[in-house]
Amino acid sequence: MAALTAIVERYAERDSVLHRADARAKVPAAVLYIFAVTSTREGDWLSLALLVLPVILGAFVSRLGPWFVLRRTFLALPFVLAAVPLLFTREGETIFTVPLLGWTASREGAEAVATILARSWIAVGVAALLVSTTSIVEILRALRWFRVPGLLVATVFFAYRYFYVIGEEAQRMLRARDARSATLPGYRAGRSIRWRASVAGHMVGSLFVRSLERSERVYAAMQARGYQGEHRFLDTLAFPPVQGVVAALVVLYGVAVQLLVRAA
Amino acid sequence: MTATTTSVHPAPPEGVAALEVDALRFDYPDGTPSLQGLSLRVEPGEKVALIGPNGAGKSTLLLNLNGILRGQSGAVRVFGETLSDATVRSIRGRVGLLFSNPDDQLFSPTVYEDVAYGPLHMGLPLDEVRERTQDALAAVGMEAFADRPPHRLSLGQKKRVAIATVLSMGTPLLALDEPSANLDPLARRELIALLDRLPLTILVATHDLAMVADLLPRSVLLDGGEVVADRPSAEVLNDGPLLAAHGLEPLSAHGHPHA
Repeated sequence: MAALTAIVERYAERDSVLHRADARAKVPAAVLYIFAVTSTREGDWLSLALLVLPVILGAFVSRLGPWFVLRRTFLALPFVLAAVPLLFTREGETIFTVPLLGWTASREGAEAVATILARSWIAVGVAALLVSTTSIVEILRALRWFRVPGLLVATVFFAYRYFYVIGEEAQRMLRARDARSATLPGYRAGRSIRWRASVAGHMVGSLFVRSLERSERVYAAMQARGYQGEHRFLDTLAFPPVQGVVAALVVLYGVAVQLLVRAA
Repeated sequence: MTATTTSVHPAPPEGVAALEVDALRFDYPDGTPSLQGLSLRVEPGEKVALIGPNGAGKSTLLLNLNGILRGQSGAVRVFGETLSDATVRSIRGRVGLLFSNPDDQLFSPTVYEDVAYGPLHMGLPLDEVRERTQDALAAVGMEAFADRPPHRLSLGQKKRVAIATVLSMGTPLLALDEPSANLDPLARRELIALLDRLPLTILVATHDLAMVADLLPRSVLLDGGEVVADRPSAEVLNDGPLLAAHGLEPLSAHGHPHA
């Protein structure tokens, strides 16, 4: 279970200004800042350098430390691989050719990939800061406060709530399979990779069916307690205006970097 | 008896224990201590009860027997083979483990495939896999449900299928966790009769002392990860103060199950 928790449980219990700040300031600031980051133009290294500074600052202010935040951003890196084909598809000055395949990589392509990599990395860093300093309930509460549809918020909430349950279910299935994955002297165990793959595929299917049935039971239990399609939260505390100002400043910084670099 | 219970393993030499647990120590990864240097020896053909309060280490011990959990120190030997990285798969062919919750045990889309999984994985010829699967389903009276998905069965039926998934492997040692829990009286009676018929070495972790009295001549009482008592069941079950000291209750005068 520990491994699963490490992946999902993103909130890190610390005491810092960032942790105490209201989610209604942090959530929009993070989202808008990510917008500013993603609108950076290709090859605009100065902007990217300026935009990464607040993330590093945030890592210190939140007492998480830069290494902690960096580690959490690695999770998103595989998705950046999707940008790699650009290296070969973008027309331009050739840097190298892949032997045998004859693909040519262009300088413009390399620049595009590097920019996408940097932008996503900073954006994920911002998101990592947000979820490491804000508990899921606070984030959802803030989303509701901003009038994000209740159904959407409920969906996120249940995904979070039941991720562990389904993860544990999956682990128990794997354990059951291991317990009966035996060898006998004189026989070749494990049959073919095809057979093992089909067993694994069927396990995924079973897990899906079980989840579906569980959702029906959970929904019945919720209805039994009067659920009418809206998740109600207890009242939130008053929202200190100074936090709104700080959040606005963070966003303004992102926008200013974009505008000033373009103007220069 | 059906062919499912005949083991493909060569008969163990005389004098080799079915199970030897030697000073086994196990702490959970979060640091919770469980087994405190536990030792236990079970002879081939013995039927032994593991009793004790919740958290005594019964389930943990069973999970250690075929390497699902691995102790930090000590040794587990099954028919003379010591559990290690190299032997764990082979040991799983000797120890059939029944999880207490049958939903944890059954992972395939149909009953038939689940029962066939063990023998298929061992690489047995398909004819033999079919024969073992049929025999195992017959032994628990579930042939008619072969094509059902496990989640469409009642709990009692799931329990029987779960036992069949272990029987089909032909393991000479069965380690059963709470096999009678939550069964209705008839299903429980049938289960006890089935286990009584099997000519195997059987280790049962249970709170069902009435079943212990009917089925298992020897009782090992665990508490705090240690063996507190290891005596004939008749003695242990009549030792009211001993049972009471370890969260158990003596059977009522007319031997009714309290479960």
